Amino acid sequence: MTVTRGDFLDTLLGARPPTRDDAGWLSRLRAEALERANALSVPTTRDEEWRFTDLAPLTRLSFQPVRVAGTPDLARLRERFLPQAQMRLVFVDGVFAPGLSQLAAAAGACVSELGSALQGPRAAVLEAHLGRLAQFDANLFAGLNTAFLSYGAVIALDAGASLAEPVQILHVATRRDQPHAIYPRLLLAAGARSRCTVVEDFIGAEEAGYFSAPVTEIVLERDATVEHVRLQREAPGAFQLGTCAVSQAAGSHYHAVSVVLGARLSRLDWRVLHAGAGCQSVLDGLTLIDGRQLADTHSLVDHAHPHAHLRQQQKCVVSGAGHAVFNGKILVRQAAQRTDAAQSFRGLLLSARAQIDTKPQLEIFADDVKCAHGAAIGQLDPEQAFYLQSRGLTAPKALNLLTYGFAAEVIERIPVASLVRELECALVERTVESK
Amino acid sequence: MIRPNAAVLLEVRDLDAAIGGRAILKGVNLTVRAGEVHAIMGPNGSGKSTLVKILAGHPAYAASGGSVRYRGEDLLVMAPEARAQAGLFLGFQYPVEIPGVSNAQFLRLAFNSVRSARGEDELDPLEFDDLVREKLQVVAMDPSFLERNVNEGFSGGEKKRNEILQMALLEPIVALLDETDSGLDIDALRVVANGVNALSAPDKAIVLVTHYQRLLDYIVPDYVHVMEGGQIIKTGGRELALELEARGYDWVRVEYEHARAVA
Repeated sequence: MTVTRGDFLDTLLGARPPTRDDAGWLSRLRAEALERANALSVPTTRDEEWRFTDLAPLTRLSFQPVRVAGTPDLARLRERFLPQAQMRLVFVDGVFAPGLSQLAAAAGACVSELGSALQGPRAAVLEAHLGRLAQFDANLFAGLNTAFLSYGAVIALDAGASLAEPVQILHVATRRDQPHAIYPRLLLAAGARSRCTVVEDFIGAEEAGYFSAPVTEIVLERDATVEHVRLQREAPGAFQLGTCAVSQAAGSHYHAVSVVLGARLSRLDWRVLHAGAGCQSVLDGLTLIDGRQLADTHSLVDHAHPHAHLRQQQKCVVSGAGHAVFNGKILVRQAAQRTDAAQSFRGLLLSARAQIDTKPQLEIFADDVKCAHGAAIGQLDPEQAFYLQSRGLTAPKALNLLTYGFAAEVIERIPVASLVRELECALVERTVESK
Repeated sequence: MIRPNAAVLLEVRDLDAAIGGRAILKGVNLTVRAGEVHAIMGPNGSGKSTLVKILAGHPAYAASGGSVRYRGEDLLVMAPEARAQAGLFLGFQYPVEIPGVSNAQFLRLAFNSVRSARGEDELDPLEFDDLVREKLQVVAMDPSFLERNVNEGFSGGEKKRNEILQMALLEPIVALLDETDSGLDIDALRVVANGVNALSAPDKAIVLVTHYQRLLDYIVPDYVHVMEGGQIIKTGGRELALELEARGYDWVRVEYEHARAVA
């Protein structure tokens, strides 16, 4: 990596680390992360993994730590509350907001903010997993998050526990006065045979300018099932550099839907490790951007054990001068015999200046596997457009409806019905009813 | 129903069309009046489907000569959606799948597009739901069809019923049905034919493109046209369809060429 420290990193690293009186292991973890982050530099387009994602617009700015959380627009915030979520953790500018959160007791499960989770009966689970999945040895942004880890969401399920309703983790950025750095954190530890659905939602006030480096860690023990929805709807001027690290034990099932709509520049590093035999992963992704937005999704599914199953579908819709990047790596190690993996990428370019870069990356070291991948970037099908026009829809309306349908196919995969409806309505506004 | 004084709805004159330099239509003439049912028959590649696609405004097909007037207006200069809004309907031979868009969403958008173009109020989802459920009965379709994505995973018969459902909602003045009978078993054929018959009216017209006479057992045509080599070479009544079924198309071509030689 080339050294380009500058004000950006100096300001971030110069912030005072949290002084909360935490367990020794957590203080050590922070110190370790800070030391590592100090040794790293901001990746540049000369790094292969960052070839298409130029962080120069980010590093030209400097971001202050949040000392006091701002005041969110409560009416708008409440619109984002999932009606059927009985448990909801809300963080305002990275700071836990107990008054906006809703916590209920559930048998065999703990859903709480990091501070109280550390005092609770499942503190050992935190120590076992926090900072272990999202490794920061080469990931500056996970390092920053860990070094300044203060507030976080924790979901810990005992063996066999099950949460019937989704848990919502809502992050809202509000500060407009000056650019702030925010470090959202989620640890989800799903015990053996447990089941739950978690919805992470990142939103920001229209005019807020901020840098967010969220880290999500999800560990699935034997035969656990986790449905994970990640909605990136940050403010138009925001930067989000996120990490999501998942580790699956034998027989577990991880289904994730990642939807990227917001931020001026965003990146998601998404790693799924199969740490046992017979894991199933289903990854669905949608990026829908316009203007001058840049959105990068880098995924890695690491198959290290036999009989694994992966279905990955990524779609990008780009208009204006937007730029989408998808790099989907599938690693099948020699031990991962009988792996059945399929990845599909479909990109839709809606303007002459829109850009999509995609690179499927299959690295297969086992000989008895089934791996398929396809990538297609194109425009809308004129036969479909004619069909709609022949039913009275104007040409722009027909194209918008087709764009909507293209994106809605991913939205429909979200396992929370009210969220599907909400996002479909937002999509209709953005596509069908525009122009 | 033939009424000599009925209004002319569609008038095709000397229509030519070529695709990639190859002439597909070579001077088609066809007059359709209100209340009439026309059947266009002919072998594969004779230009039947091209004709209806040009009439509906398919962007890949363009007329290179001749004219088409629809209710007195120049049809060929109209955008496809303007033709639909003006009451022209094409039932597709191969209806296209639209992933991610539910049939209910699509039908309401289509219906409201045509309504608002006619200066009528659009229906909200609840009002539309009542209407569409009533129209579903025309083609004996289950309401669950509304929740499925447009034509996605539909069987051949379901796709054709969906076409007729759209026709029932849009209430076209001239309906062009391109091989609506192909791929249908006899029960589905009866359902589709009954649907079409229920929608015919003295002020409307239907043009059927078909290979087989069996559809015409259910939808009785006033005129049967034989298309061959990009032209309509013979026109008769419904008995012509029976004769074609029994004797094939060769004799029509022989008769046509003989007549031309004599002239």
